[in-house]
Amino acid sequence: MSSSVRDLEKRALSGAREHFGDHRAALTRLRGSWFVAQHKLLTMRSYMYTILSSSIFNPLMYLFALGIGIGSYIDRNSGGNVLYGVSYLTYVGPALLSSAAINSAFEETTFPVMGGFRWTREFYAMHATPLQPYQIANGVMIAAAIRVVFTVTVFWLMLFLFGALPRGTAILALPAAILSGMGIGAVMSALAAKLTDDDGWFVLINRMVLAPMFLFSGTFYPLEQMPLGLRWIGWLSPLWHATELGRWAGFGLELRPERLIWHTAYLVLILGLGLVMMWNEFEKRLIE
Amino acid sequence: MITARGLSKRFGDLTAVDAIDFDVSRGESFGLLGPNGAGKSTTMKMISCVSKRSAGELSILGRDPDRDGPDIRAHLGVVPQTDNLDIDIKVRDNLYVYGRYFGLPGSFLKQKSRDLLEFAQLTEKADAKVDTLSGGMKRRLTIARALVNEPDILMLDEPTTGLDPQARHILWDRLFRLKEEGVTLVITTHYMDEAEQLCDRLVVMDHGKIMAEGSPAELIRSYSSREVVELRFGSGNNEDAARRLEGRGDRIEQLPDRILIYTADGEAELEAIIHEGFKPRTSLVRRSSLEDVFLRLTGRSLIE
Repeated sequence: MSSSVRDLEKRALSGAREHFGDHRAALTRLRGSWFVAQHKLLTMRSYMYTILSSSIFNPLMYLFALGIGIGSYIDRNSGGNVLYGVSYLTYVGPALLSSAAINSAFEETTFPVMGGFRWTREFYAMHATPLQPYQIANGVMIAAAIRVVFTVTVFWLMLFLFGALPRGTAILALPAAILSGMGIGAVMSALAAKLTDDDGWFVLINRMVLAPMFLFSGTFYPLEQMPLGLRWIGWLSPLWHATELGRWAGFGLELRPERLIWHTAYLVLILGLGLVMMWNEFEKRLIE
Repeated sequence: MITARGLSKRFGDLTAVDAIDFDVSRGESFGLLGPNGAGKSTTMKMISCVSKRSAGELSILGRDPDRDGPDIRAHLGVVPQTDNLDIDIKVRDNLYVYGRYFGLPGSFLKQKSRDLLEFAQLTEKADAKVDTLSGGMKRRLTIARALVNEPDILMLDEPTTGLDPQARHILWDRLFRLKEEGVTLVITTHYMDEAEQLCDRLVVMDHGKIMAEGSPAELIRSYSSREVVELRFGSGNNEDAARRLEGRGDRIEQLPDRILIYTADGEAELEAIIHEGFKPRTSLVRRSSLEDVFLRLTGRSLIE
């Protein structure tokens, strides 16, 4: 065997040791979730064009259809007094923002989480390192959050440029939307970790849960328009709670302080429950 | 490095690993040989600290996996039975992100990935996506990945299953180099030739139990003769021929398709058989292998 080959083997098999402290797992214990998020962001780069184009095209589509299409029609015929005296686009804007957050969180948590366990099995690879199941779960959520923040920020800027966010507090519509998206994302991750096979579940949830939520959460009209028997959909839906907050922030919809607290608390609660469920499912799946 | 006493794993009513004892010492290449379902992979998962034992004692690098799982895993390199590479990112990025999970700095990992890819003979594939690699290349990449943290123990679960013969030999060569460099290897396999090539010492497992333990040569010496005569008389005639051959050699095994006669001197035995008027359709004299050991211990073939 030539000496260069031996050198190579020596190099390939050494060097790492001196970078470890006394406790090899110490840094991972501290920053493991972030390492996972970095990995997921690298993976996202492979479909970055899809993310970019949908983040730009999606809001444009809604802004034209609802702002110039339906919006101008309603605004012209209502005399500007319905819907709290703001333009229709101003009215629906915060709801669309939250809806965009929910959709992109849904995309980053359903198939990617199921795939990590079932198709690429990369979560098992991660768990062979010092990473712990909850850190893998958190990493997935951090990466999804970064994607969601990007998507809603682009959306928010477009709404702003279309004049649909007239108040200075409008920036607060962003955290409300992000919170609703991440809540749904955490719940969907937990479900995706629990299911061993897709069997069309995600398509079903998209049609039977997300779509009704979009239509019945006071998105396009005040929830009070619905008979009491249907309003519960809105009350349960994170989208409605985020939308109410977004409207308060965006154009000054009047909400009593306790309503502000209650809406925020509900969104935090969903996110918290979702995360606990997700940690549990990841642990059950990864530790036999 | 690893000590197991009465190690057991139950899944409901099924006992996958049934009170096994073994030790692995530093620099040793230790094998778990057995058919599918023998409990090898379950044992590997317990050592890898991703599966909790149901009973018994297990100590890895002097620590208890129930308490120090992440700390132990930091010292292991794991090559699982099914590749679990990230197929959406580049070959070199797979090594990089994996190294990050051990807390290794990015600048070090850039150089380390290059060295490991060269060792795994994948340098020209560094910027390719994993999807485009052949089965053997993916396997070598998985092994390179497992080496990124300079592990004290490298765990290989069925490292060459599903590979063509050429890819297997390239892989064996790489693993042999690791062995020479003093890396402690724990290997499961149901290929006896793999066990013979790579393992200093091995345990034969079946139905969750250890049937025998020793070096390949020791096992063959203890449980088999030096040579084996294989005779085929055609499927309809084997039974009759086996009855008439009874008493020859040290021992006779009748398999569905052939008869095995265990003996110290195969050529002489075969000559005597032919001389007596037996007319086998094909005959073969070979050295005893671990396959014969397994057959002796369990009455079954390794690969069914």
